[in-house]
Amino acid sequence: MENVNFIYDLLGKNFIAIILVISLPLMFVLVYALAAILAELKVSAWIQERLGPMRTGPWGILQPIAEVVKLIQKEDITPDKANKPLYNLAPFIIFTGAYAAFAVIPFSEYFVPAGINLGLFYVFAVGSISAIGLVMGGWASNNKYSLMGAMRSVAQLISYEIPAAMAILSIVVLASTMNMQEINKLQSGWFWNWFIFGGPGSITKIWVIPFTIGLSLIYFISSLAETNRVPFDIPEGESELVAGFHTEYSGMKFAMFFFAEYANMFIVAAILATIFLGGWNSPFDTFMQGPIWGAFWFISKAFSVVFVQIWLRWTLPRFRVDQLMYVGWKVLLPISFVCFLAVSLFVMLK
Amino acid sequence: MVSEFGIVLLFFILGFVFVAIGLSVAALIRPSHPNAIKNSTYECGEMPIGDTWVRFNVRFYVIALVFLLFDVEVVFLLPWAVVFKQLGWFAFIEMIIFVVILMAGFAYVWKKGDLEWDRPKPYIPKLEDLVIGKKK
Repeated sequence: MENVNFIYDLLGKNFIAIILVISLPLMFVLVYALAAILAELKVSAWIQERLGPMRTGPWGILQPIAEVVKLIQKEDITPDKANKPLYNLAPFIIFTGAYAAFAVIPFSEYFVPAGINLGLFYVFAVGSISAIGLVMGGWASNNKYSLMGAMRSVAQLISYEIPAAMAILSIVVLASTMNMQEINKLQSGWFWNWFIFGGPGSITKIWVIPFTIGLSLIYFISSLAETNRVPFDIPEGESELVAGFHTEYSGMKFAMFFFAEYANMFIVAAILATIFLGGWNSPFDTFMQGPIWGAFWFISKAFSVVFVQIWLRWTLPRFRVDQLMYVGWKVLLPISFVCFLAVSLFVMLK
Repeated sequence: MVSEFGIVLLFFILGFVFVAIGLSVAALIRPSHPNAIKNSTYECGEMPIGDTWVRFNVRFYVIALVFLLFDVEVVFLLPWAVVFKQLGWFAFIEMIIFVVILMAGFAYVWKKGDLEWDRPKPYIPKLEDLVIGKKK
């Protein structure tokens, strides 16, 4: 499929246009990460009936900027016993892996950085890179907390990747394509054409709706585990492992882990919004539908999912390791296989 | 000029360059006064005992192996998922046989107990044990 991109339409496909295409998502990530840090502080304060940060700027809105300035000025400590090359490489791998996934995120009908046909497959593949950086950082720190955090984290990541992959696979079955823009185009029209409601089709699709809603929940739960969010934050469980795999990291290297974590939160939210919630489509057919409205709908859908992630953090207690493995392998995995078979049977009968 | 996959490569490069720039800017600004105690391994103020890089539980390897099987299965199913509508019932039934074989292996792993993680076994004392001076 031809990649429709408003920057190429305006400037032609030259050097400046390509620089713009690859750096726009980076600027978005930076602004979004600052907003998400503030949102996390303010939402937690709101849930716990506190005020949150109030001193930096009006209502504390400059707090994330103050935190970044602080992190830049912090001394960088490398433990003597650490394996230096791997210890220094880990933040690079984690952030690069998180940022690379933005290459196929369809922000609007007229803006997706790289419209490759393998879109969903690529996101799924790139998502695994963070596991490498994570175990690299944890192992190279030569710290017991870091190593345990990294091992638990990787076990958790790979356990929950299977249900998430089955949810993505079911959507590929429904859409018959892995191109993110094509998947968005299929879901145009009213909100009952979204894949969470079984995708476009006649009223006979009604029996598949419970399965697709189940798949979206499975994907959401797995994505919480893959981004190490509460209730799956065992790798970073403060009460037992200090800070998990990044215990020994300080200053800007820690900030890179932090950025990558927030970028990952947005990526899983964006994928959920794209494959289940219609991406940049308006819920009301042609009402408020267009290139700029598209960006608005996509970002507001993704941010709603990010908000739910933050909300859950202050609502649920942490799982125990054996409960985590139980949920991943013995609950989510069989259910996701049943849903996958039901969805493929639905497509065959259609 | 640049293909779509070229853009993907540029994303990797830009991510790497961004981290490099961030760390270099911080390196110019931040102080650096290392000393032996500051650079020691952090263990909540205690001196670390023993080596960190010890053997860990074999269960992690089993989980990794099972994951590998499922991951390969997903990689096989993705191309099938794109075209299976055109291939018809034959391909559909083949896929079901494939998944059933995989599920048989999964049932075996489940039955064998490789997916069991150590549960905590809390000791709940009885009232009699707590009474001081009473013989057990």
